[in-house]
Amino acid sequence: MNRHPSLLSNLVTAYMTLLQFDLLILLVSVIAGLFGSILGLGGGIIVIPALTLLFNIDIRYAIGASIVSVIATSSSAAATYVRERMTNLRVAMVLEVATTSGALTGAYLAGHLSVRWLYVIFGVMMGYSSLMMFRKRHETTTVMVKSAPWADYLRLHSSYFDRATGQEVSYRVVSTRIGLGLMYIAGVVSGLLGIGSGALKVPAMDLAMRLPIKVSTATSNFMIGVTAAASAGVYFMRGDIDPYIAAPVATGVLIGAALGPHLMGHLHSTTLRKIFVSVLLIISVQMLLKGVRG
Amino acid sequence: MTSPQSIKEKALLDEERVRRVELMISQLLRLGIAASLALIAVGTFMSFLHHPDYLSSSDALLRLTRPGAAFPHTWHDVASGLSALRGQSIVIIGLLLLIATPVMRVAVSILGFVYQGDRLFTLITTVVLCLLLLSFALGKVE
Repeated sequence: MNRHPSLLSNLVTAYMTLLQFDLLILLVSVIAGLFGSILGLGGGIIVIPALTLLFNIDIRYAIGASIVSVIATSSSAAATYVRERMTNLRVAMVLEVATTSGALTGAYLAGHLSVRWLYVIFGVMMGYSSLMMFRKRHETTTVMVKSAPWADYLRLHSSYFDRATGQEVSYRVVSTRIGLGLMYIAGVVSGLLGIGSGALKVPAMDLAMRLPIKVSTATSNFMIGVTAAASAGVYFMRGDIDPYIAAPVATGVLIGAALGPHLMGHLHSTTLRKIFVSVLLIISVQMLLKGVRG
Repeated sequence: MTSPQSIKEKALLDEERVRRVELMISQLLRLGIAASLALIAVGTFMSFLHHPDYLSSSDALLRLTRPGAAFPHTWHDVASGLSALRGQSIVIIGLLLLIATPVMRVAVSILGFVYQGDRLFTLITTVVLCLLLLSFALGKVE
């Protein structure tokens, strides 16, 4: 139980019926699905604080519902992103080898490492990534001349149709090995800390592999479902997934994430980048605070 | 002997196969979502029908969402709940189907790469599926 329930959360839950609770959560979750699917982060960044702070839900159940929301965001949005070729399926498949083996390592390491330091390290890493991503904001089309033997061999280069500009954008993928390394780390982090690893996946694809920002968020969105599904089974068996909470969350997120991709198509890449950078900065500050406060 | 014409035709054929696989994956995801949404909605409706107090009292909310709340989380609970047609068990089947959808997506992708005749990616995707199943297996042991 939350030891310091805010006045607001007491008011919200004390006089509500289950039906009113379901409808309110549904509304919040639609918004979570909408943002999560556009940014490639999953719905957790909105679902967890909303459930714990607004509805005074125990953190265990909030995390259980958040895992479900990540899977819901991923599948719901991917149905559209894959159809519209925004997701780079080949890049996703290759990188999933690294994220799933990383998640396995993370689960194995859990309990052997100081979590506080991890929060500090990744807080700094994400803060730095958001800065680097912000610096790239004026780049619209990058002409890559760097050689990319792995990406050539795996045929990762592709193109997508940008609705905002009405143009087909061709892109080359580089630094596949660095990308794989970063994805392995992202997998370890999600296995260890149980946080959505989208916040590490998108910068890795954007900064190292040089995928366009829209392709990065769509591909991250595609991959996070698999990472979350790997741990969801454990959460269910442990009794962390309360159907009375997870059901309205899943329903709302599925609806929001079905709408998100249509909105994202019309967003300009620069706008999407600015929104992503701001959210990443907030996440990195939160992680730093968690690490410092313990 | 391969004429430029036949090379072009092969490229077009490959392209069409890739497109078919993309549509197949998209379709599978839609199907998984639609089925789990339907189960969640029906289950929720039934539990409201069986428990009219969910609509009027705020005690039920606290009882069901606070730590220590009773809800099925083992196969046995879910199975016995299903045979009694309890709404929450139907909701859980919907949630489990939702969780299984990305795993099925990986499995179907393997078939897709076999269909495209891409041995390397068939192997890569098979490795991903094995790692996923391994993490399920290891997770249960704990």
